[in-house]
Amino acid sequence: MLADYSILLIGAILVNNFVLVQFLGLCPFMGVSNKLETAMGMSLATTFVLTLASVCSYLVFSYLLQPLGLEYLRTISFILVIAVVVQFTEMVVRKSSPLLHRVLGVYLPLITTNCAVLGVALLNINKEHNFLQSLFYGFGAAVGFSLVLVLFAAMRERLAVADVPVPFKGAAIGMVTAGLMSLAFMGFAGLV
Amino acid sequence: MALLRVTSPHAHGPMSTPKVMRQVLLATLPGVLVLTHFFGFGTLVNILWGGLLAVALESLALKLRGRSPGFYLKDCSALVTAVLLGIALPPYAPWWLVAVGIASAILLAKHLYGGLGYNPFNPAMVGYVVLLISFPVQMTAWAPPRGVGEVPGLLEALLACFAPASYDGVTQATPLDVLKQNNSLLIGDLWKDNPLFGRWGGAGWEWANIAFLAGGLWLLYRRIFTWHAPVAFLAALALMAALIYDGGSSASGGSPLFHLLSGATMFGAFFIVTDPVTSAVSVRGRLVYGALIGLLVYVIRVWGNYPDAVAFAVLIMNFAAPFIDHYTQPRTYGHKTGGTR
Repeated sequence: MLADYSILLIGAILVNNFVLVQFLGLCPFMGVSNKLETAMGMSLATTFVLTLASVCSYLVFSYLLQPLGLEYLRTISFILVIAVVVQFTEMVVRKSSPLLHRVLGVYLPLITTNCAVLGVALLNINKEHNFLQSLFYGFGAAVGFSLVLVLFAAMRERLAVADVPVPFKGAAIGMVTAGLMSLAFMGFAGLV
Repeated sequence: MALLRVTSPHAHGPMSTPKVMRQVLLATLPGVLVLTHFFGFGTLVNILWGGLLAVALESLALKLRGRSPGFYLKDCSALVTAVLLGIALPPYAPWWLVAVGIASAILLAKHLYGGLGYNPFNPAMVGYVVLLISFPVQMTAWAPPRGVGEVPGLLEALLACFAPASYDGVTQATPLDVLKQNNSLLIGDLWKDNPLFGRWGGAGWEWANIAFLAGGLWLLYRRIFTWHAPVAFLAALALMAALIYDGGSSASGGSPLFHLLSGATMFGAFFIVTDPVTSAVSVRGRLVYGALIGLLVYVIRVWGNYPDAVAFAVLIMNFAAPFIDHYTQPRTYGHKTGGTR
């Protein structure tokens, strides 16, 4: 039981890392990794939303869509669920903790367009996860995303001052670095 | 009378990049000799052919960037990369395998980032991982050590490299492979039945590891690097092995001594983990960096798909090194916390 859930977690964090192995959520990975501080805020917000959205979309699927025989509507309803969760999170955070809201800023609504969030919701259904498994899978995906985003941000701060040839400056060398990282993460293959 | 205005620093260290690189090259010598003794001339051919290519590609890249090749080639860093990759590659590798590896190392991992000092990933290990993922069959074909199989001569080694189609060498699983695939025999029986295993580790491998340890200790004595990262790496690897080892059942993963003296452990500890450019910089950072590499090496060796994991573990921790540095900045005198945060 405990071993099953830890395997699910390690699988989602390292072996099938959402960014470096499954190539989901690349837009915030490239877009919000210029500074370590903002990457931290983004990863906190994403962790919260991804876990919540993973559970909510599971609930919507198994208690609303399945009884009504509307499984084919899952993609569009998950998008709706994610948008609602993000909006709800933003409202709660703004009212309860203005400081956190200022730290997260524009990144909170941006999570709606993070494809890893929708990816986790759909993969939960494909892999026939139950409630707890959906919770752990969503959390693992979020931790994996956060880990890679924060490490990448620290590295890009260093790359910004490197003597990179002009054609490769900026996003190009970032892409090369992400590719090399993806290569290194293949070493985790077979762990689960 | 000329009044010269001299700015600090007034005291010069005797160390310079070319000197450090030459001493690293010298320190690989015992390991290379032992590898040549046990596995034949394959490693030497790898190193010579790789070195030639590395110098050529380095001058090409320097020319493209408008630098003077004469000055930058003198620091020997391209040669060091070629030697490290040549040691890591299996002996009797075909010429194109070495060429692809060297090209990835010198062009992709080094000059795309701006040359020596800017590369975030260890060039030799990038070359190795690119090859391991692209050509797994050639990369896992190790020759049997002396005493287990025939050791080819110099002519055969050249033939294997430059005319791979006409050479049919004997290859065999490495001890780490055998241990990974073993799921029925007790460790003691495996040791008795299989001539691939020596006294502590693999036959031949244990002596190569001891030779690299000797070279590394000499570098440590010459103060080329500090002890923190290699010792943390070896300690974490041995600790993990000691925790999991249950005295010799088929699922025990090998004893601590086996892990310390097998595969690329000592070579990695003193020649790869200590790379001053790609490792963490602060003292505490180096301890964390080394220990995490040791942990990852054990995890991937025992539970992952690949038999050895030094290259993967080093690349993953290269990625994490800037982050480790950010959170382990030493405290400056007069401040309560480290760094500028």
